[in-house]
Amino acid sequence: MKTIWIITKKELASYFDSLIAYVLIVLFLGFSGFFTWLYGTDIFLIGQVDLRPFFNVAYWTLFFFIPALAMRSVSEEKSSGTIELLLTKPVTDWQLILGKYLANLIVIFIALALTAPYVITLANIGNLDAGATLLGYTGLLFMSSAYIGIGIYASSITKNQIVAFLIALFIGLFFHIIFSVFANNMSGGVAEMFSYLDMSTHFNSISRGVLDTKDVIYFASLTFLGLFFSVLTLSKRNLN
Amino acid sequence: MRIEVRDLTKRYGPQLAVDNISFTVDTGEIVGFLGPNGAGKTTTMKIITNFIAPTFGDVFINGISIREQPNEIKRHIGYLPESNPLYNDMPVIDYLKFVGELLDINNLTGRIKDVIEKVGLYDEKHKKIGELSKGYKQRVGLAQAIIHDPEILILDEPTSGLDPNQIVEIRKLIRELGKEKTVILSTHILPEVEAITDRILIINKGKIVADGTSESLKTQATENESLIVEIEGGSPSEVLSKLNELATVGKVDITSREGNKFEVTSRPGLSSRKDIFTMCVNNNWFLTQLTPVERKLEDIFRQLTLN
Repeated sequence: MKTIWIITKKELASYFDSLIAYVLIVLFLGFSGFFTWLYGTDIFLIGQVDLRPFFNVAYWTLFFFIPALAMRSVSEEKSSGTIELLLTKPVTDWQLILGKYLANLIVIFIALALTAPYVITLANIGNLDAGATLLGYTGLLFMSSAYIGIGIYASSITKNQIVAFLIALFIGLFFHIIFSVFANNMSGGVAEMFSYLDMSTHFNSISRGVLDTKDVIYFASLTFLGLFFSVLTLSKRNLN
Repeated sequence: MRIEVRDLTKRYGPQLAVDNISFTVDTGEIVGFLGPNGAGKTTTMKIITNFIAPTFGDVFINGISIREQPNEIKRHIGYLPESNPLYNDMPVIDYLKFVGELLDINNLTGRIKDVIEKVGLYDEKHKKIGELSKGYKQRVGLAQAIIHDPEILILDEPTSGLDPNQIVEIRKLIRELGKEKTVILSTHILPEVEAITDRILIINKGKIVADGTSESLKTQATENESLIVEIEGGSPSEVLSKLNELATVGKVDITSREGNKFEVTSRPGLSSRKDIFTMCVNNNWFLTQLTPVERKLEDIFRQLTLN
């Protein structure tokens, strides 16, 4: 656990030293703020004290934001060769990947925490449902966790960060849209399966205010699979 | 600490990078790993440092297998990988702190100070690694390798890309570290091996082709004694024919006609020095030069790896 935290700290320091974190957080706040408060079906139009418009916007912004954040995680270590330094220290592959995962999750957490003024503003206008708001944020964190897993996996299979970004986006696209399209165009068990695979099904269910084990399992397994395959990719160096 | 490499084989797909090699490095020994590019030096080092697993075989550090307790063994090894990878956006001192924390060093601040002093990075310690010159980066690489005071140092081409002054400094540092540690270093620079190491391992196409001190390798490779002989007092043709008559002389080459200078190769296993001297005495000639020709490490290296 200590080793994981040392890696997380180093990772966070390099996110903030290299300004990547600042740029991405400002972009995230800018985009989600603009679409939440100023443009389109914004928060005033629906005439309810509800953060749902923000959650829906964040659901999309994070979809692009996370691959951009996670793309450097492993690929940079691979291309610079520093992975050799790390893994010849008393660090296991799992510790390395978990350290990276945690650092990414913390950056997302900070980004989401910085939207607290939205909550405070709305709570001052009317009666904000605290439970639903909290669950909305939980849903966003769960979803982020899953996409970080995918992003780190994409980053572990290539030395090129742009390629990692595109692969993460490509895999993410299936969970974000394509499975839901399949589910809508099919019927019976197949449709149900695709509907279960679709991320918005689970996200909407949580942000509507219901925390179901089924949804938690979905996000947890996606995260785990992403990290598991990352570790698997790393350990391929031992194979022939 | 003793390193024992036993029947080590590493395959990359169809390519055999390391082919069943075995060797032992004793505590306090400095061993030079020589070989052409792609011979398997780096692969062997990566296996000893636990970065990649071998296909077959095993490495024992003080009798402990790397397959069984990799994390315990890693604490005793300092490693400078080839091309010296570093985090360019990290300040030197932060980087050493990060490495030190991973290795769980007691009294880390004091240790960082010592190491910075030892490798001569005092004025650069707050600079970002990316801003340093190549020589200083190499020092950072060495600093991270010795920060936990490991008993074993594995250095993959520690002086590549440095200028002659930096090379001398890094060599001095390695020699100093080698006094108390077991060191394996790889290099392409042959004089470097002779300057630093106690023992040389030459590896070619994944196999060890020579193992010994540079002296023993040289005598091994010199099959026939070879002498430069300069004789005054007689005509060249006369001297040449007399030399050829000697029983111990195998072959005589004329290297310079004016000075009566010859290169004499003795018959296998024999020395012709005594006969040449007696011949000069009998004919009233002056022997002005009688020098054994020494084989260079370069020749031995070429002979062993070019086939």
